[in-house]
Amino acid sequence: MPRVDNYDAIIIGGGHNGLTAAAYLSKAGKKVLVLERRYILGGAAVTEEVFPGFKFSVCSYVVSLMKANVIRELMLPKFGLELLPLESTFTPLDNNYLLRTSDADETYREIYRHSPKDAESYMRFGPLMSQIGMAVRPILETIAPNAIRPSLSDLNSINKLIKHFKTLDSEQFEYLAKLMTMSSADFLDEWFECDYLKSTMSASGIIGTFMGPRSPGSAYVMLHHYMGDIDGAFRAWGFQKGGTGAISMAIARSAEHFGADILTEAPVKKVKVKNGKAVGVVLNNGDEYNAHKIISGLDPKLSFLHLLDEKDLPSDFITSIKNFRIRGSSGKVNLALNGLPDFTCLPGKGHHLHGAISISPSMDYLEKAYDDAKYGNFSESPYMDIIIPSLLDPDMAPPGKHVMSCFVQYAPYNINGGWDDNKREAFGDAVIKALARFAPNIEDIIIHRQVLTPADLEETFGLTEGNIFHGELSLQQLFVLRPAAKWANYKTPIRNYYQCGSGTHPGGGITGSPGEMAAKKILSDW
Amino acid sequence: MFDKNTFTANTQLKISPFFDITSKINESQEWKRWGGYLSATKYELNHENEYFSIRTKAGLLDISPLYKYIIEGPDAQYFLNRLVTRNINLCKQDQVMYTPWCDEDGKQIDDGTVQRLDKEKFRLTSAEPNLEWLHHNGNNLNIEISDETESTAALALQGPNSLKILNKISSKSLDSLKFFWLTKTKLGDFPVTISRTGYTGDLGYEIWLSPDHALQIWKLLLNAGKDYGITPTGLNALDIARVEASLILLDVDYISSRHALVDNRKSSPYELGLGWAVKLNDQNNFIGKKALMKEYSNKAKWKFVGIEIEWDTFEKHFRTIGLPPALPSTAWRNSTPIYFGNIQVGYATSGCWSPILKRYIALAHLESEYAEIGTKLNFEIKVEHYRKLTTARVVQTPFFNPERKRSCPA
Repeated sequence: MPRVDNYDAIIIGGGHNGLTAAAYLSKAGKKVLVLERRYILGGAAVTEEVFPGFKFSVCSYVVSLMKANVIRELMLPKFGLELLPLESTFTPLDNNYLLRTSDADETYREIYRHSPKDAESYMRFGPLMSQIGMAVRPILETIAPNAIRPSLSDLNSINKLIKHFKTLDSEQFEYLAKLMTMSSADFLDEWFECDYLKSTMSASGIIGTFMGPRSPGSAYVMLHHYMGDIDGAFRAWGFQKGGTGAISMAIARSAEHFGADILTEAPVKKVKVKNGKAVGVVLNNGDEYNAHKIISGLDPKLSFLHLLDEKDLPSDFITSIKNFRIRGSSGKVNLALNGLPDFTCLPGKGHHLHGAISISPSMDYLEKAYDDAKYGNFSESPYMDIIIPSLLDPDMAPPGKHVMSCFVQYAPYNINGGWDDNKREAFGDAVIKALARFAPNIEDIIIHRQVLTPADLEETFGLTEGNIFHGELSLQQLFVLRPAAKWANYKTPIRNYYQCGSGTHPGGGITGSPGEMAAKKILSDW
Repeated sequence: MFDKNTFTANTQLKISPFFDITSKINESQEWKRWGGYLSATKYELNHENEYFSIRTKAGLLDISPLYKYIIEGPDAQYFLNRLVTRNINLCKQDQVMYTPWCDEDGKQIDDGTVQRLDKEKFRLTSAEPNLEWLHHNGNNLNIEISDETESTAALALQGPNSLKILNKISSKSLDSLKFFWLTKTKLGDFPVTISRTGYTGDLGYEIWLSPDHALQIWKLLLNAGKDYGITPTGLNALDIARVEASLILLDVDYISSRHALVDNRKSSPYELGLGWAVKLNDQNNFIGKKALMKEYSNKAKWKFVGIEIEWDTFEKHFRTIGLPPALPSTAWRNSTPIYFGNIQVGYATSGCWSPILKRYIALAHLESEYAEIGTKLNFEIKVEHYRKLTTARVVQTPFFNPERKRSCPA
């Protein structure tokens, strides 16, 4: 006999946003149940021991935007949140390198070596991006209003934003407009001359997006990555001790502390809808749970096209969701290593290995990588964003050994002929080859390699098409349009059915923000 | 060309036994004075990594400048009972006690640890020189007091991986060493005393050793710790950690009663949050007990508490003028006024942005009636050169208090 239980709210998906929403709702005194399909919590923010003794942040691997107020309000440090700074970016080149660190003098001197002009521009660029980030932040922190049929509270937030935009000066406004529309390559061309400085900086404009650095719109994605909010200052990237899964576990412990129930290995099959109202969920095993509010942390495709019947939704909404761009563009290669990579251009085990390692030797290199993907192949020479977590947190690997996380782009979900085991291995080989160009010892130190294609990301983590952001961060699907016009305020056409994943405003990354704002919206509707 | 490896500093300050190494690895070449010694402010260009090593790996600090005294003899226990406010009869061999000590008026002179190395042998550590005070009070007693500040070097290894690192090279396992206990062991071939103590509020140890072995022991630790994230750590990182742990610092959070120019500058242990370390009920008759008994029944005028500067109003002050909030990157130690409404009711003496808690915290002296947990106060900040008040609240201390600090086995 399948069981039926009643809750105030059910969260579908134990990813970091679902858990954040659960924690906020529980904190407000609601009886909350989180249902996670996998055996482990965290969704894409998960740490798994893929190979004995080696812990991998299997999918999502760094943190930049985790909101400080979420950290405080959910008391996450008490439950294990420990964010370490990750403050250098190392770009190996064939006969040279570029190493940017958190020290302004050191970075000035280093860029000066490549271009004295750029060294000075760089000092102005950071503060400008911070200012633009500040200008954009109120948008990120506002529950996206329904701009088409605004309610009183929607009008209120629209008013606030208009007021805010009136405070921007013309320079800020100009750059904001440019960042919203230009390609990252064009935007950076206005500032810098050094090609590999530009290519490395532009790389954050293509991460998780099926665009090249010369595609219009990529500048915004770059800005999105600049809005890292660590310690209230606009800062670069951070790394969670224990991997990104430890962030999810901290949020889960907080949710449990406030009284939430969390079930793993509990895949939801359908959302039960009665008279246009969500009333509960049915699990694959037939168990049913009823609740006043059902909240999906899954991406928009799964939330609407999979968990609901099309007949329950308005047809224009279905069209919007079907048109929602969620093209997978990246893969992940996780390596267990017997030692450290030795870069030809900068041998040894110095500071340069402790931050991000960017395989982005030129703008053409990145654009060519995209060209391959455009025509249905993985990049022969891919862009990579690499970190070696065991150098920041030795507990990630056995003493003396290391783990290496390579975010690889591009790997199109819709690859010619489809993904299979052979193609996965060929993709893995291309990654190692691209790495060996700069660190030839890499092949000798690999103990184990885990290759995740977009198809694997879809299957393992429930990311449609393997898109790490639950939908691209392009202008036509941001803010009041994310994931669809009229439905950007976490509500859906089904009453009492809400969304709280990265497919909602303000989008992807480990921020806790969609989960937090969805919960606050739900509580205000209660 | 200038050879980094032969660099030696020319200074008239005292040089720690570890200086031959620390002077060469210090990339920032920033030093502070500590008890007349040169002491690294930080080793890297930014102290952040050193701070996080204390909280997530292991930070290695040269704490040799600490004042250290050996008190030995049949009357040693009697003497210490007379000197400090805690009951030293309860301090078993190999145990350590943190304690303040006071003048006859019950005003605090200094604070430190008492280590019972043997039945009749103790080590006392202090922030300032105390030799004259010790001699003064040890007259006619059957004890010998010696200053071993220079003849004993010391290291602190602090952080969650500290135990693993020490176990790799210690001749005996430290698994069963409890919080505030010590043990005699060997690191490699070198005899040391290791106490499970520190100034960070984390799992951590302090190693007491002969200066002759200093450099070898440093190398031994670095080598044993290289796969566990051991990081040479300077005073900037330590200062943040100690504020998070709510541990007071002489000359910053209070002034020794022996150096205070006016009575107002003196504080009793009750006024410094150390009432728990004043043992009035025991048989001991320590210096200042009478005055403290009186103060206990009258209640102290001041309290020493933790406050949190609330983020939202703090941020708003900066946002209004179009700037991101300016957070201190290091711990500050300039006295800052605190108000209840518009009336000043106290002052903060040290504070910092806590990188691990994501909170702006401070240690403050408040008039007792305003020191209840939860009391809403106004804290003075400067926003672009202008003084503003921003909200702060009295909160529970320690701000950061992980279980691993005292759990055993760690």
